[in-house]
Amino acid sequence: MTDTLNPAGDGAYGSIPRKEDARLVRGQGTFLDDITLPGMLHGAILRSPLAHARIVSVDAAPALAHPRVEAVLTGADLAERGLAWMPTLSADVQAVLATDKVRFQGQEVAFVVARDRYAARDALELISVEYEPLPPVIDVTTAMDPAAPVVRDDLPGTTSNHIFDWAAGDKAAANAVFARADVTVGCDMIYPRSHPAPLETCGIVADFDAVTGRLTVYATTQAPHAHRTLLAMVTGLPEHKIRVVSPDLGGGFGNKVPVYPGYLCAIAASMTVGRPVKWMEDRSENLMSTTFARDYHMHGEMAATADGTILGLRAKVLADHGAFNATAQPAKFPAGFFHIFTGSYDLQAAYCEVTGVYTNKAPGGVAYSCSFRITEAVYLVERLTDMLARRLGMDPAELRMRNLLRPEQFPYTCPTGWQYDSGDYPRALALALEIAGYDDLRREQAERRARGEYMGIGISFFTEGVGAGPRAHMDILGLGMADGADLRVHPTGKAVLAISVQTQGQGHETTFAQIVAHELGLTPDDVEVVHGDTDRTPFGLGTYGSRSTPVSGAAAVVAARRVRERARAVAAAMLELSADDLEWTDGKWRVRGDPEQAAGIAEIAMAAHSSLELPDGVEGHLDASAVYNPPNLTFPFGAYVCVTDVDPATGEVKVRRFIAVDDCGVRINPMIVEGQVHRGIADGIGMALMQSIAFDTAGNCLGGSFMDYLLPTALECPSPELGATVTPSPHHPIGAKGVGESATVGSPAAVVNSVVDALAPLGVVHADMPLTPACVWRAIQGRPIRPDLALS
Amino acid sequence: MRVTMTVNGTEYSREVEPRLLLIHFLRDDLGLTGSHWGCDTSNCGACVVLLDETPVKSCTMLTPMAAGRRVTTVEGLGHGARLDPVQLGFQRCHGLQCGFCTPGMMLTARWLLDRNPQPTEADVREAISGQICRCTGYENIVRSVLWTARHEAGAGD
Repeated sequence: MTDTLNPAGDGAYGSIPRKEDARLVRGQGTFLDDITLPGMLHGAILRSPLAHARIVSVDAAPALAHPRVEAVLTGADLAERGLAWMPTLSADVQAVLATDKVRFQGQEVAFVVARDRYAARDALELISVEYEPLPPVIDVTTAMDPAAPVVRDDLPGTTSNHIFDWAAGDKAAANAVFARADVTVGCDMIYPRSHPAPLETCGIVADFDAVTGRLTVYATTQAPHAHRTLLAMVTGLPEHKIRVVSPDLGGGFGNKVPVYPGYLCAIAASMTVGRPVKWMEDRSENLMSTTFARDYHMHGEMAATADGTILGLRAKVLADHGAFNATAQPAKFPAGFFHIFTGSYDLQAAYCEVTGVYTNKAPGGVAYSCSFRITEAVYLVERLTDMLARRLGMDPAELRMRNLLRPEQFPYTCPTGWQYDSGDYPRALALALEIAGYDDLRREQAERRARGEYMGIGISFFTEGVGAGPRAHMDILGLGMADGADLRVHPTGKAVLAISVQTQGQGHETTFAQIVAHELGLTPDDVEVVHGDTDRTPFGLGTYGSRSTPVSGAAAVVAARRVRERARAVAAAMLELSADDLEWTDGKWRVRGDPEQAAGIAEIAMAAHSSLELPDGVEGHLDASAVYNPPNLTFPFGAYVCVTDVDPATGEVKVRRFIAVDDCGVRINPMIVEGQVHRGIADGIGMALMQSIAFDTAGNCLGGSFMDYLLPTALECPSPELGATVTPSPHHPIGAKGVGESATVGSPAAVVNSVVDALAPLGVVHADMPLTPACVWRAIQGRPIRPDLALS
Repeated sequence: MRVTMTVNGTEYSREVEPRLLLIHFLRDDLGLTGSHWGCDTSNCGACVVLLDETPVKSCTMLTPMAAGRRVTTVEGLGHGARLDPVQLGFQRCHGLQCGFCTPGMMLTARWLLDRNPQPTEADVREAISGQICRCTGYENIVRSVLWTARHEAGAGD
């Protein structure tokens, strides 16, 4: 079930159907809200209707009097336990329940616990909160004005909304290439606030046992081990008494990385009432209060020679982090991996500056399959490349081909310090252009333009760095980003692999079984994958930033190879030979020169558990563990082409074709890889054309439901046309790279480039996402639009 | 109030609050957790079930409105231990990733194929356009439904 052009003849492990599907197509998955424990109560959160206000008083007594209500928690109640604030993943603190002020619309103010979910909601209406409204900080461009209200007056000594300044690259070198460039182009561009919006919202069932002191938490988490550690730090409970279970997740895309206030409220409530407490947010709560994505206000510039050699890049970014700095990325990188913004081109110098600011909006910023802000970087460089092509009168494909890194330049260190591991960029772009029939498309476009029709052809080329990361450079909350794998081989040769990462639909139960089976000469059916339970799996930081295959997948390979080496010693004893006489070929240990004399893992496993006499130093059994600390990120890349038709009268954009060539190294399960790419293309179309979390001047969120935050349906998404090249990662043990976010990262620029290309005859050089009919129409009129605000 | 309806061929009679949403009745009262809740506003379709023969969004229907009707959920889609061809198609064509939208998508697909055994790609896209999938970009869902149509027509792969 794969129809990639140029399919792998390159070590792919096979497009086998997924193990997960048997339960999921029967409706027998176990998602968070499917969990019901005996005596379980239901929580609901009272949220602020205002973006910025001082809390004068909270009166919860009428809610407590509701016959079905068991408890109400307010900020004051949590403050008594030291739980009113919690650490974020970015060295800030976030209110669990507000005590002093509310700082965004939808912020958590009180938590009701009742016997059923309807009663909990009813009781919210009975709580009276008196607010003293304060002027909100909504427009990020004026947030640092001296007269702006201060969002975070809770932080000692804070007198402004400034969070951080961060820079990368060589400023003087970049300025020098700009000074001698023949041509420069520059543009302000907004990557608007978006939201990952997994179809399953976030939730928890917290079950505290006062007798044993054990806390069991069922939670929608992409990082169960990191959550366990964080919960231990916040609650003061000893970590070995905490068990985090992440059941089937209905998507995540980054939304299920943070610990949310609702989780701590449910835990505190369970500790208070001595019964399990479930809290499941509704869709509006999900969109208005959990981690958003993007919100980068960028100015980018590109310098080049007259013949189209790109020399340098500069970028200045204002980053809206909302009311609490709660971005989730390696701690040393406050702007994520944005400084990979030199992209895929061989240029001489680059420099970027990022300033983070507080506003009265929901916290977050790094989420939604962005590979730690690489999508913002790709968007910037790919828009500028198209602008440069237009300025020079060059074809954008030709300009890219001229400037792409060449295969012989790898490993390549880019001007901001990333070391790209491997790539053959011209091959990928050439394949994408071939699938697209690029020259024919340009001919068709010329004919249509002559008829007054607006057809666009947009290209993007992206390089990602995924698989965070080397622990010397990357940690979250001081936790290094390594992941463990435990592999047990039972006497009959069936294996159980326990991993630290958590699938949200990526199919780990299948692909990790394929990895182990491939290493041990087993079938994927012989390997069971255990995940999502901190009591049953080794420590690791979880699934986000496309890190499962690069990090945890590598750990599984290393563990399997250790099993194989243990099996070698046992096989030698079985065959009464020296281990040196054996070689691993075709899934068995075989005698050199006599390959028919051989032992497979199943028979070796039985022998390893038997009374067979083993040489000194050989323990028996075959189990092995590994912790994988990646030496570098992996650098997947790809070339995308998007064909659009635009109606200039209505501003409507129709995506006619989308061509994607992805190179993620060796593909374990090409069917699953292609499914991931399909999703990312839909994301890119959604982000480019539809999705935006905007605000009005009072700070009211204008994207608080699926009526307002528009997601693409089957009617907006074309049938993608996929191609593949395979350039293995030299440092990953099976040459794989991450792919889960590639298309989300790479595709928005192709869509926007296509629409702007369509409108070129009308003089449009740029329009900010989302390119809704209204935005496109305004761009045609030459009128400005601020997609992040209901302002124009 | 007392409500009686037939769900997956079994008649249930329960005392419920009049405001109880059908999705919550199915999930919380009957324990049929295969139907999911995703948005509150009838936009996502994770809660789609068949009411008599018609797909409805059970998050936007009160339980009493289904009184005396037949409801089919994903748990009733198969035939005993045997999967419905739609379920086979979704497995075969990688029509699901996280699986959260899948029950609703499959029920709509069943409804479509019962009325239009040989749908075009456009027919399939139109039929599922009231439902959201965040994982597949819809491509493999469309392929799954088209595979099922071919399979039910007796064609090979």
